[in-house]
Amino acid sequence: MKLHLKIWRQKNAQDPGGFVDYDLDGVSPDSSFLEMLDLLNEELIAKGQEPVAFDHDCREGICGMCSLMINGVPHGQDREPIKQITACQLHMRHFRDGETVVIEPWRARAFPVIKDLIVDRSAFDRIIQAGGYISVSTGSAPEANAIPIGKKDADKAMDAAACIGCGACVAACPNASAMLFVGAKVAQLSYLPQGQIERYDRVVNMVNAMDAEGFGGCTNTGECEAACPKEISLDFIARMNSELIKANLKGGR
Amino acid sequence: MVGVMSFPRTTIGKKVIMAVTGLIWIGFVAGHMFGNLKMYLGAEHFNAYAEGLRTFGEPFLAYGQALWLVRIIIILAVVLHIWAAVTLKMRNLQARPVRYSKHRKLHADAASLSMIYGGVAILLFVLYHLAHFTWGLSAVHPDFRPTDPYHNVIVGFQNRLATGIYLIGLVALALHLYHGTWSMFQTVGLNNKSYDKLLRGLAWLVAIIIPLGFVTVPLGVILGILS
Amino acid sequence: MMNIDEIQVAEETLNSAVPKGPIHEKWDQHRFEMKLVSPANRRKFTIIVVGSGLAGASAAASLGEMGYNVHCFFYQDSARRAHSVAAQGGINAAKNYRNDGDSIFRLFYDTVKGGDYRSREANVYRLAQVSNAIIDQCVAQGVPFAREYGGLLANRSFGGAQVSRTFYARGQTGQQLLLGAYQALQRQAHAGTVKLYPRTEMLDLIIINGRAQGIVTRNMVTGELKTYLGDAVVLATGGYGNAYFLSTNAKGSNATAIWRAYKRGAYFANPCFVQIHPTCIPPSGEHQSKLTLMSESLRNDGRIWVPRRAGDTRPPNEIPEEERYYYLEEKYPSFGNLVPRDVASRNAKAVVDAGHGVGELRNGVYLDFKDAIQRLGKEVIKDRYGNLFDMYTSITGEDPYETPMRIYPAVHYTMGGLWVDYNLMSNIPGLFVIGEANFSDHGANRLGASALMQGLADGYFILPYTLANYLAQAGPGDAEMSHSAVKDAQLFVQDKIDKLLSVNGKRSVLHFHRELGKVLWDFVGMARNDEGLRHALKRIPEIRAEFWEDVRVPGSAADLNQSLELAGRVADFLELGELLALDALYRTESCGAHFREESQTEEGEALRDDENFSFVSAWEFTGDDQTPRLHKEPLVFEYVKLSQRSYK
Repeated sequence: MKLHLKIWRQKNAQDPGGFVDYDLDGVSPDSSFLEMLDLLNEELIAKGQEPVAFDHDCREGICGMCSLMINGVPHGQDREPIKQITACQLHMRHFRDGETVVIEPWRARAFPVIKDLIVDRSAFDRIIQAGGYISVSTGSAPEANAIPIGKKDADKAMDAAACIGCGACVAACPNASAMLFVGAKVAQLSYLPQGQIERYDRVVNMVNAMDAEGFGGCTNTGECEAACPKEISLDFIARMNSELIKANLKGGR
Repeated sequence: MVGVMSFPRTTIGKKVIMAVTGLIWIGFVAGHMFGNLKMYLGAEHFNAYAEGLRTFGEPFLAYGQALWLVRIIIILAVVLHIWAAVTLKMRNLQARPVRYSKHRKLHADAASLSMIYGGVAILLFVLYHLAHFTWGLSAVHPDFRPTDPYHNVIVGFQNRLATGIYLIGLVALALHLYHGTWSMFQTVGLNNKSYDKLLRGLAWLVAIIIPLGFVTVPLGVILGILS
Repeated sequence: MMNIDEIQVAEETLNSAVPKGPIHEKWDQHRFEMKLVSPANRRKFTIIVVGSGLAGASAAASLGEMGYNVHCFFYQDSARRAHSVAAQGGINAAKNYRNDGDSIFRLFYDTVKGGDYRSREANVYRLAQVSNAIIDQCVAQGVPFAREYGGLLANRSFGGAQVSRTFYARGQTGQQLLLGAYQALQRQAHAGTVKLYPRTEMLDLIIINGRAQGIVTRNMVTGELKTYLGDAVVLATGGYGNAYFLSTNAKGSNATAIWRAYKRGAYFANPCFVQIHPTCIPPSGEHQSKLTLMSESLRNDGRIWVPRRAGDTRPPNEIPEEERYYYLEEKYPSFGNLVPRDVASRNAKAVVDAGHGVGELRNGVYLDFKDAIQRLGKEVIKDRYGNLFDMYTSITGEDPYETPMRIYPAVHYTMGGLWVDYNLMSNIPGLFVIGEANFSDHGANRLGASALMQGLADGYFILPYTLANYLAQAGPGDAEMSHSAVKDAQLFVQDKIDKLLSVNGKRSVLHFHRELGKVLWDFVGMARNDEGLRHALKRIPEIRAEFWEDVRVPGSAADLNQSLELAGRVADFLELGELLALDALYRTESCGAHFREESQTEEGEALRDDENFSFVSAWEFTGDDQTPRLHKEPLVFEYVKLSQRSYK
């Protein structure tokens, strides 16, 4: 099949960047979206041009590295009949022959573009560094079954922990807010007994770190949840909110 | 740092302020709407009610004190609500300096995306409404009598333009109430998927009943039910 | 070019430094005897960790907690993306929570047997010993393992074991364990004990005065080459499955770090032990860039078949029951579709090679759920495998509820890697290798749910002790930036990059990678023979020569350049592939994943040659295009009885 591609090209963080049009022929409907880009890059290399830089790694939807805005939707989510996929699992059979496809990087102040479609998501790491963990040094753990956890809580914690840190929530949010990402981690650890000790400091520190990175605020539009390839629920944002309120009511314990 | 003073500076803290002040205003508009319906009980009743708002609490409170107390609370609430909204909006605009050339919404409804615009519309409407029925500026009200609110309402709504402005204001209010009511629960952390339908239903109810109550008065005047 | 007839075997066997004493006391005794570094002195030692997967992140975090000054390098943008994240099934531990007869000894025994008796007993026993502490540690970190209604941990059984000892977090166990280690690592980054270097790849190892004391790296964003010196270097860079081009590995997974270490003198052990997973989605065409694994659990309910007549192109539902060849059920009546990974893989290859393959490209076999759906109902199947079926549909566009799945084996895990002793140290002092990157505890075949166990055992509970022992004895390093070895490594790296960019040929890197992958898959894949391996040994150097004459790498070195990154990695695979083939040719026995057609039982099973091949092959680099020297580490089995596997 044939495609008309409009791809954002940007040499580096300083370059203003812009769209470049490409016509690509011979795309197999069975190929994945990233394999389609591989094909384009092969052609560009053959023509002596620089290939399009894009992030990708596992190509099976779990590492969270791929990050493409495809026709205005993170990961091209709306294409697949089965939702909740990442761009690497999106397949070309869901595109029309001759279709125009616009490909942009995630756009947020906290995710500056490094090159072409690659953005810097280290802000997420710094938020985790601020408190997204349980402080347990190697060797000091008690026997695993000494801490029973109700199946319901364990399941909820797992629902929240499924986040792959791809940043589609930020990309989709009209305000480029990271609340779903941060909420998922705060919520996961808040459901578990192991997470109770640092519970309130954690949420305060993580929210402050999130704000310091320049993400927007939440206006409860629900776009993040709809775009999340792992179905992380808005409930976890509510959970984080109540955690933060409690932390403040307790005045830092 | 955990501290009472740092909380309002966080994005979430500001949202909580908006939720709480929003709740105050939901209470206010609900009460206001309920009072307005007294129009149907006739001029005497309605004017007595208006006067009663001022004499409420006597002799413990002096004339007008209760009303001013409420006014101060809602003014403070609206100032905080606007402050939080504006600072958040500025932050949100800065959070995405380069816009997408194409950005398709997957889930967001018009209500959630129009909150700030609806808010501005409601603010403008409230100012108009104050000029119309509270201050009685001659530019907006042709025949304002400070001691006869019933008359003011009837005369005020006989103007088609004024009625039109009210209808627009109420549509903005409905949208704002719908997203705001649901959002309030989400923001203070009282929402989850098992309550979600219930809270959405509640939001619908609030967003329909309050504006509907309000709209009966201007419509009543236009249709000649009230005169 | 490597030549099988020129192989020199070192006279002295390798010293694995296994402590004396009964197997269950070795590790405890060794821990007592090892030297320590006092807490006050630890921050004076700088440790370089390359890789941030389960092994790398757990090691870096643990060493940071202890007070060492740690630098952790990885090519991804965040440590959370290392390919450990993709492991689905679970992690083994000898907790015996199910009261079904499990024990440390049984886990040890199963692992040695599963590895077809080509692993080091003492290491495997230690692995089983620390397995329980891993679960404790992960639970304390907040890893949301599956639980029973009573709130205690749940288990399931996994291939090759008759007990339920596998802990799991839905189908995302690798992800959850990695996030646990990642969070511990971020905590140390926050505390300032670990410095993280994302989007940075190691391109050479620096050895000064016989000690590994530094690495040369390339910043993948700016292209800057930078040297880091330390008192020890830990490689946790994963396996080399991507040499085959198509594998279940991440696209970025590469062997450059271990290959550079090999070329600086570290021995490469058992490169031919490559595990091929039976249930992957077959390639759909030239464009295919990687293969996706479908959990092995599907074989519990699915029936594997191909058309009985070769070349039958009818759609599956038009092939009547009597014309379907349920080859596993017919050949292995007692195990049927549940034979071990290597047996299932080889049989799939055999039927496809004989022309029975299905799908448009005739490159798969059917995995059919029709009977299971009839027996249990669609809902039950959906409940068990819904996610996998959805994933299959999204990739292939076919609905497995209606039409049988197509599956085919794919390269999945490499048991081979750099040779290490009991202390996880290579033959180069100060160079430690952990996780999949070392030649590991899995022998010739890894059991399901054991990779996660090994990565975390190495990083959390073994390396922190043995590295301290090394540092306490060797003392601080004496590396200086002005040393000639530093200059030499920097020059080498710069030179290689310049060379790659200056060839300016006609063909892309991908072209050569595909070419190499095809040769490895066809001749050094699931079934290997003398003729094929000799062909591969001839063909790979030819492809390598073509690569250096005709590759085109666009862009510059002073910039983010993904073509250049790939070119460097493929250049290394082109060398590693040859060693892989040589090792496979040298080992004329079959064992585990290594199947030599010349060495099979009458039933067609892998036939070991314990008399001649009960050793680890550790290859020493002797120069470019030279035949490497072979060092042997004899394998002695005192606790496990060697036996021939049979699944009839």
